[in-house]
Formats: sequence, C-alpha cells, structure tokens
Amino acid sequence: MLRRLADLKIAVICCCFLALAACSKKNQPDLEGDGAGTAVPGSEKDFAINVGDRIYFIVDTSTLTPEAQETLRRQAAWLRQYPNVTVQVEGHADERGTREYNISLSARRATATREFLIAQGVQGNRISSIAYGKERPVALCDAEQCYSQNRRAVTVITGGAVSG
Amino acid sequence: MTLKRVPDPRFLTAALAALIWLALLSPARSQGLEVDINKGQIDPLPIAITAFVGTSQDSAQAGADIAGVIANNLGRSGYFRPLPPESFIEQISNFDQEPRFGDWRQIQAKALVTGQAMMEGGRLKAQFILWDVGSQQKLAGFEFATSPSNWRRLAHLISDKIYETMTGVPGYFDTRIVFVSESGPKDKRIKKLAIMDQDGFNVRTLTDGRQLVLTPRFSPNSLEITYMDFGTGAPRVYLYNIETKQREIVGEFPNMSFSPRFSPDGQRVIMSMQEGGAANIFVMDLRSRRMQQLTNSDAINTAPSYSPDGSQIAFEVGGDNSQQIYVMNADGSNPRRISSGSGRYATPVWSPDGKYIAFTKQGGGRFAIGVMNPDGNGERILTEGFHNEGPTWAPNSRVIMFFRDEPGESGGPRLYSVDVSGYNEQLVKTPSFASDPAWSPLLN
Repeated sequence: MLRRLADLKIAVICCCFLALAACSKKNQPDLEGDGAGTAVPGSEKDFAINVGDRIYFIVDTSTLTPEAQETLRRQAAWLRQYPNVTVQVEGHADERGTREYNISLSARRATATREFLIAQGVQGNRISSIAYGKERPVALCDAEQCYSQNRRAVTVITGGAVSG
Repeated sequence: MTLKRVPDPRFLTAALAALIWLALLSPARSQGLEVDINKGQIDPLPIAITAFVGTSQDSAQAGADIAGVIANNLGRSGYFRPLPPESFIEQISNFDQEPRFGDWRQIQAKALVTGQAMMEGGRLKAQFILWDVGSQQKLAGFEFATSPSNWRRLAHLISDKIYETMTGVPGYFDTRIVFVSESGPKDKRIKKLAIMDQDGFNVRTLTDGRQLVLTPRFSPNSLEITYMDFGTGAPRVYLYNIETKQREIVGEFPNMSFSPRFSPDGQRVIMSMQEGGAANIFVMDLRSRRMQQLTNSDAINTAPSYSPDGSQIAFEVGGDNSQQIYVMNADGSNPRRISSGSGRYATPVWSPDGKYIAFTKQGGGRFAIGVMNPDGNGERILTEGFHNEGPTWAPNSRVIMFFRDEPGESGGPRLYSVDVSGYNEQLVKTPSFASDPAWSPLLN
C-alpha cells in the first residue's frame, strides 16, 4: 500500500512536469482556446491537453520514436494515476498506401502503442485497440506536413474519466 | 427475375453468317483486339443501332431507350463507333422488312442493328438482328423477354450478343458493380455499400452509412457480397445476401479480419486476420465453418485472390518499406514472390481467364494500375497518376475497373474502366464519390 502511494506521488510529479513540456510544444492540434489550467484533473480534457493523446509514426513503420515514447510514458503515468479510466488506442495510416495494407499497418501501430502502455504498467484489460487504416485522416492537404499528422495512434478515453 | 431466351427459326442462319463475317473482318479484328494496342490507335467499327420498332406507344419508348443503352455500351467498349441517329437515312419502321443496305453503306455503317419491342402478357419482349451491311447477311438474331422495369437488362443482353458476335470474345454488359459509395468531408467520410449496373445505372445502396464498410466482393453467383464492416467497434469480415438483405459475420474471431474474397466455387472465403503486428491469410469453409491458416509470418500478408481454377492464391506480403506480390498453392505451400520491378506492389487480382494478375503499383509518390503474367513476367502499366488503386476484372478479362482518388480537401475517389491494353480509359459515372469497385460475373 505504501509503495503504491509512493508510485502515485512520483507519477503525479512526473505528470506535472511533463505537462508543462507538452503545453510548450503545442502538440494538441484538435483543441483550441482553453489553457491547461482550465482542465479538471483526471478529465478527458486533462488527458488531451496536459498529457497528449496521440503519437506520430515515420512512413510505413510502427516503431515508436523517442518523442512518441515520451508521450506514451506520460499517458501511462496518467492512466496509472486514474485507474478507473479505460482507453481505446486508434491506429491510423496516411492516405499514401493501399487500403488493405494500411488497415494492417495501422493495426501494427495500435499494437505497438498498446504494448508500450502495458509495459509501462497499465493493465492490458483497460486498453482496447482498433485499426482505421487510411479511413480517418485529420489533416487533409496533399503534402508530407499533413500525411505526417495522419500517421498516428490516438489514445481515446472510453470510460472512467472525471467529468468536466 | 426471369429472363426468357426464345430461339427464333428466322435467326438460324446467324451462326453461319457470323463465321463469314468474322473471316471478312479478321484484319480489323486483330487490329482491334490485339493486346498491344497503343492509346488512340484503335479503329472502332462503325455501327448503326436503330431505335427498336415499338408495336405500341409504351414499347416504342422502350425500343428507343433500348437502342440508346446498346449504343452507350458498345461505344464505351472502345471496339465500336455507334453512328449518330441523326445521320441515318433510312428510318426503320418495319422490323420484318430487309433494310435498304445502300442507305447504310452511304453513311459508312459496317454493321447495323434493327429491333422490335413489344408488350406481351405484361412482359416486355425485344427481338433484334445484327446485319453485316457489306454482305447484307444476318450475323445474329435473338429474342429476350422480361418485366418492363428490367428493360435495361434486355439492352445489356443484346449488347453482349452483338459484342460477342463481332469480337469473338464474350461480352460483359449484363453485369453489376458492387462498390463503396462515399459522401461527407474527407475526415468524416460516410461509406455505404452500393450496387449498380456496369454502366453506372440503377444505383442502390445496401447499408445506411452508420458503419464503416470497405472492400466488397461478389460471390460467383452474384447473390452475395463479402466485405469488411467496422460494426460497432469490432471490424470483421461479413457476408451480405443481396436478395434477403441478411447480414452475417464470417466466423467469430478474437481479432480483426479483413480483405475478404470468395473462392471461385463460392464455398470458401479467403481473408486476412490480424494478430498483434502480423496479418496472416486464412480460409474459411462456409459450410463447415472450419478455418485454415495459410500463411504464418510476422509480415503483413493480405489482399488474397484465388486463381480461377482455385489451385493458387496471389497475395501481398509487406512491412518495413516493402510490399510485393506472392503466389502460393491453395493449401499455403510453395509461396514465391512474383513481382520484381522497383516500387511497391499491392492488391493482386487474378483475371477470370487466368492469364493475368492485375495490381496496384506504388512508387515515386504515384499510384499505377498494371497487369503481369502469373509468373511475374510481362508487367505492363495501364494507367498511372496521383492515386489509382484496387483493380477488378470484367468477366471477359478484357476490361479492368479501379478507383482514382483526386488530390485536394474536396477531392474524392471516382471509378474508371480501362481496356487491358491500356487503351480506352473511361469514367464510370456515379452519383457520389465511389471506391473499391468489384465486378460481378455475367448475371445470365
């Protein structure tokens, strides 16, 4: 019990520290306006703004870049802090591949993401995954600056978050 | 629906005449049908397709419409040049009377189609004769009947008879396309299964768009479709029965199944199943529901397609910046790579005659559709550009349909067809954006 509390403390400190880094990097393209301060701790917004809900991949790989691993460590810490939260990892590919292949490639990305979170101490039964292939791009231009945003894995909260 | 084909003794000379015609035409034919045609160099056959004479007001309208559909089919094939009806000197008003061949020679018609449409016991009946204008011989003549609402099928069946008589190759007009109809913005696309005649008419949607659906393919009897459906969060391979509208999952698997296709006998569905980072190919027997694993590797093994005799399977193997086409025996033994050019090769589809494998090729940021022999030799690119993907074969192995995506936020995919020679690329008009086409076998 004591050890778990200690872990939690470290996680909270870690989280706060990294939250600043996350904000300064502005890696939350989907959310506008609200500053980090307005998110209720443990809420979906808190996760998206202060932790970072997505990671990006190099073309045709499912390798987790150092930056992606950093984001996933923050995600894992947050998920350990809020043990009632369940998530679904969505794997995505850019549009510059064939449909069936991209389905499988995005499944690889979701798998690599999920396995990393599990290795970081999040229980596997809290994390489902789904592969969307190239079906759900978020950036729509026909250039690498958009394709690179679409090659992603997004950790979506499916339940257990604090409301607000 | 039922379609009745009644042999007519008047037309018994047709077979013999067809042989004569084909002998006469053979230089033009070989020029038109050689695989090695360069774009724009074909010399399509000038053909006059006259409005079918109606015996009543209803059937007169149907007769004119039937002629229009036939002209559109034959024109789009690239092997025929339907002459404009305004140029016709003789107006056919009596189907039983011989045409005035001089009038047709004068407008350079090489072939002439005359027909008659009538209502008989609530059914629409159409008869036609295909004439060789030069020799004044009947080349073919048939009679078809159906319910009046199916009049387009009469026109497609007649088009198939004309095409086959003139080219020696079976037609492909009495067929359907199943595809994915797309609407809404690019980042929130709504995708519905849809089906239409090969000429883009009679479009109807089969699903409501609430679930993401991909890669539909026909069963050999054209009554069922297998496709990938995301359902409510568990993407799986499904079967859809077109007549009963019943939807059924193919097997209860723990993981995502995708990229399905029927075996040539319709008894099995071959597909990929994802397990962790690997996708492997499985085949399910639809009667016993027994599943057999055919590949076993850490790679992405997907897009399986049977050879028409069912003995072999073409598929793609990918991962780590490589994507290549392989062929293996139907039991999974002896996999060997057949693609050898530079670039990535995907979506292999065996032609119904077994002579080719069509594919998507990716390289230099561009996407092409091509064909190669099943041993990997003889690669030819048919069309190339920003994004071309997902070939499917007409049942006569002469025409390939695929989808072409456009760049731009408001751009989207559309369907195109192209002759296996690479000549005669045509847009297939659809009411909305469309992707993932699959051609049915001949319906009749």
